[in-house]
Amino acid sequence: MTAADILTLIPAAVGRSTLAFCRIIGSVAIFALSTLSHLLRPPFYPKEFLHALLHIGYFSLPVVGMTALFTGGALALQIYSGGSRFNAESVVPSIVAIGMVRELGPVLGGLMVAGRVAASIAAEIGTMKVTEQIDALTTLSTHPMKYLTVPRVLAATLAMPVLAAIGDVIGIMGGYLVGVTRLDFNSAAYIKNTYDFLEVADVTSGLWKAAAFGFIVALMGCYHGMRSGRGAQGVGKATTNAVVSASVMILASNYVLTEVFF
Amino acid sequence: MGAQMIEMQDVRKSFGSNHVLRGIDLDIAKGESMVIIGGSGTGKSVLLKCILGLVQPDSGKILVDGRDATRGDHDAFLARFGMLFQGGALFDSLAVWQNVAFRLLRGSLKRPKAEAREIAIEKLRRVGLKSEVADLFPAELSGGMQKRVGLARAIAAEPEIIFFDEPTTGLDPIMSGVINELIREIVVEMGATAMTITHDMSSVRAIADKVAMLHDGVIQWTGPVADMDASGDPYLDQFIHGRAEGPIESVR
Repeated sequence: MTAADILTLIPAAVGRSTLAFCRIIGSVAIFALSTLSHLLRPPFYPKEFLHALLHIGYFSLPVVGMTALFTGGALALQIYSGGSRFNAESVVPSIVAIGMVRELGPVLGGLMVAGRVAASIAAEIGTMKVTEQIDALTTLSTHPMKYLTVPRVLAATLAMPVLAAIGDVIGIMGGYLVGVTRLDFNSAAYIKNTYDFLEVADVTSGLWKAAAFGFIVALMGCYHGMRSGRGAQGVGKATTNAVVSASVMILASNYVLTEVFF
Repeated sequence: MGAQMIEMQDVRKSFGSNHVLRGIDLDIAKGESMVIIGGSGTGKSVLLKCILGLVQPDSGKILVDGRDATRGDHDAFLARFGMLFQGGALFDSLAVWQNVAFRLLRGSLKRPKAEAREIAIEKLRRVGLKSEVADLFPAELSGGMQKRVGLARAIAAEPEIIFFDEPTTGLDPIMSGVINELIREIVVEMGATAMTITHDMSSVRAIADKVAMLHDGVIQWTGPVADMDASGDPYLDQFIHGRAEGPIESVR
């Protein structure tokens, strides 16, 4: 190997991974556009949609609720500890509420749903791919994108804002419980304080974010499931990729959306 | 034999540097049962998936009933086919009868639920399964029963063309015999055109009118099943007698 070969090794590796990254972005974008185009064209599968709504929305309630409850409680303690350094303990209720609805409710809820839903979608569709069920769907004149992807993506996009809204309420309640029982806040004053400082835009921006996160979660689950490799290992890898990419995309898009709503 | 149902002209397909199909020419007449044989990994499944449009061939022509398979309404095209997959490929989230009646519960062939269920149970009975099986889920069935359900699903919408992908793989010899017999009976009574891929010689003798041997990406030999034993083709001879020595190189 000559010196020139060694010198080109590093730029070649950088170039290769850059190209691979661009290719993935391109194929995810095409997958997303194809999902949207199938969303608008019949046939529709309402039964599949309701089934997905139940699994993605309703069954995620405990996970999202628990996450919000403990996060709200911890948030109250942290803000109290920080606020007390410049005699601003009274901001606890409003900051807990704003923090929950603008940021933590949708983001943590989205991440929890990513772990639960993106994984299960990728594993289910990946197994269907490996056992030729996707091919079987096609031969039975049923488009896999319409039958599998569209109902899940639509259900997640619609269910996630509802989950986030419920998470917001439970999170604020977590802060309230800690505030009243541990930090000696007056119950009525805590509620009034929360209510007075919270604006409608705080809530709606958080819910829009949640809808975007829901879309990302289901899209990543379906995308990686449909491209699953062979065998148990392929499905395992697809599941991991789905959760990791959904989580990273949630955090990245959260920053972008926060800039937009700022 | 009447007109050709499936015509393939110089069909080629590569995956990267792996040239799986290197120019396939094959005709299947209406109502004929063609069996494609060949070793594992010779592209039998790819050939079948090319006809169905699950895999796009790189070049060549595929005509089904005289029309180009890659053009026109793909759903209407697929409605003429039934397919039995190697592993059954039953949808495990659906009960057995919903699997069998899948095509009858949605799309252009949609029927009322009760009627679809009745047809499903009738088709299950045709493949030798009792009506109690209808409400079970695929995971609760044995391998042989899953194959039968897959067969019932393939014939549920009375297709003109049926594909069988290794119908006896993973079954014991007796169950293989039963499935072979069922396939033969069903194909004859429906008057369907059938294409089977297998490397099980007992299937070939039970199912085939004609045999084609796929080797090295081309059809090595084709002819009536009766001529198979006296073909004089060294590749075919080695395959049907399962000899390790011969022109086909085997990996040891």
